[in-house]
Amino acid sequence: MSLLQPEEWQALRLTLAVAARAVGFGLPVAVLLAWVLARGRFRGRGLLNAIVHMPLVLPPVVTGWLLLLLFGIRGPVGALLLHWFGLRLVFTTAGASLACAVMTLPLMVRSIRLAIESVDPALEQAARSLGAGRLDRFLTITLPLAAPGVLAGAVIAYAASLGEFGAVITFAADIPGETRTLPLAIYGALQVPGGEAQAARLSLVSVVLALAGLGASEWLNRRMRR
Amino acid sequence: MSLRVALRHAFPGLALDVAFEAPTPGVTVLFGPSGCGKSSVILAIAGLLQAEHCVVSLDGTVLAAPGIVLPPERRRLGLVFQEGRLFPHMSVEANLRYGLRRAPDIRIGFGEVVELLGLGPLLGRRSATLSGGERQRVAIGRALLAQPRLLLMDEPLAALDAARRDEILPYLARLKTRLHLPILYVTHAMDEVARLADTLVLMEAGRVRAAGAVAEIAAGADLPLAGRGDAAGLLHGRIAGHEAESRLTLVAAGGIVVRVPAVAASPGRAVRLRIPAREVILALRPPEAISIHNILPATVRGLAETGGAALVELDLARGGGRLLARVTPDAVARLWLAPGTPVLALVKSVAVDVLLEAVDAAD
Repeated sequence: MSLLQPEEWQALRLTLAVAARAVGFGLPVAVLLAWVLARGRFRGRGLLNAIVHMPLVLPPVVTGWLLLLLFGIRGPVGALLLHWFGLRLVFTTAGASLACAVMTLPLMVRSIRLAIESVDPALEQAARSLGAGRLDRFLTITLPLAAPGVLAGAVIAYAASLGEFGAVITFAADIPGETRTLPLAIYGALQVPGGEAQAARLSLVSVVLALAGLGASEWLNRRMRR
Repeated sequence: MSLRVALRHAFPGLALDVAFEAPTPGVTVLFGPSGCGKSSVILAIAGLLQAEHCVVSLDGTVLAAPGIVLPPERRRLGLVFQEGRLFPHMSVEANLRYGLRRAPDIRIGFGEVVELLGLGPLLGRRSATLSGGERQRVAIGRALLAQPRLLLMDEPLAALDAARRDEILPYLARLKTRLHLPILYVTHAMDEVARLADTLVLMEAGRVRAAGAVAEIAAGADLPLAGRGDAAGLLHGRIAGHEAESRLTLVAAGGIVVRVPAVAASPGRAVRLRIPAREVILALRPPEAISIHNILPATVRGLAETGGAALVELDLARGGGRLLARVTPDAVARLWLAPGTPVLALVKSVAVDVLLEAVDAAD
């Protein structure tokens, strides 16, 4: 293909893969957090809510740095992961996915939580009287009825992951083929004299992706409302 | 065998303090005005409301007692709400099978419930497309298929119009005779009491005003039911025969016979006779040349006065049951009515409501 250079294709594929993994791993966590925040009544709920929403209001660079402190090879979590599983997150594709997942978690949690809160608790009560335990009720009643919100949250998070810059570059650095996603590649191109053409091509790709994402979420929305 | 309930709970504005015992199987109706705490009793028994003090036992099995609290999902009590609460994302059949799949042992079969409640044509439908009456039938079926030990119904017909109610009442009556399942039923509609109740628990402001066999409570002159415009005595009887030439049906209640307009039911069929208090005339001597068919010997059991009217509770002779007569205080004075006075109760045959009991599977 003459449209894009090989390393540009690589950046595109990597971006899509990183975003997919971010949503794949982030979504179950987001569903669990949303459920706990929507239906749980416990001390510390406000604190948990604040922590989940932190990435939305913190500068992304700060989030990336905090991840570095936690998941770096000498960080409390990172050291354990390395010791037990030989898993290193910093400066890897997995790390870029983690950064994207953390950054988009609040978007997913908000959307899913609203959907769960709009499910009539009377239906869960009815399921309870029919013998369904807590997890059973959640999986058979609450989650299916909240599905539109879950899907909408996933689409938003996927689209946002495609453009994640600050946290990714801070935590996972800018390694071609490993962590250089589209926004990093565009930024890199702009730093090189004569790189404007490449930056423009990559930006065009970003615009196309963004439009596709918006279109997909609009289509989903309309399908769900029927 | 019996259902025993004792509850205490303080709500803002209402102190609930309720205790009653009802024989099982059978339908126990909790009756009372809105806000008297009937629904809270149901919720507490189901375990969905944490009452301060709650003891519930059914046929000797303790469902709740201080220190023993089973979560609602393990109590195995069927619950039917006023609004049905069907799961909107499932078909009717999936709704029905929801509780069935989670039941440990199956005594009430899927086909039996579908047949009993006439659900066959609805199975493939989405719950959102059902009418109010259909929705309640599905909700009842769903609760039954969860194989409950006790069925709790919280004003299941209150959200329906009169036509839909008349459509469902026969199903409930069948339910009562076909499945030997105790039912606790909350309502504030008198016709549901007359049709369904075996035991009646009258509630008032969070307390039990009276509890007992429905025929006794309905005729209690000093109880709140007697003061209502639709107060009536209830007699349990069986069809004794038909008189072709007069086009009347004879109903035997205890040792007395009541004549009612012809009913299409075979002799032996169990019926309830609902005799409105304002349709009962009292006499001391048999009247002559009168259109009335029923002249029933009785004894005055009790008297009460409410709102300018006198209520006379009567014991029919030969174990016929109890009647209630609404007369003027002047009539009480003129006839010298007092407890123990022998009287004749005059009842027009057309004034008697004949409620057929559903045919028992064993009949």
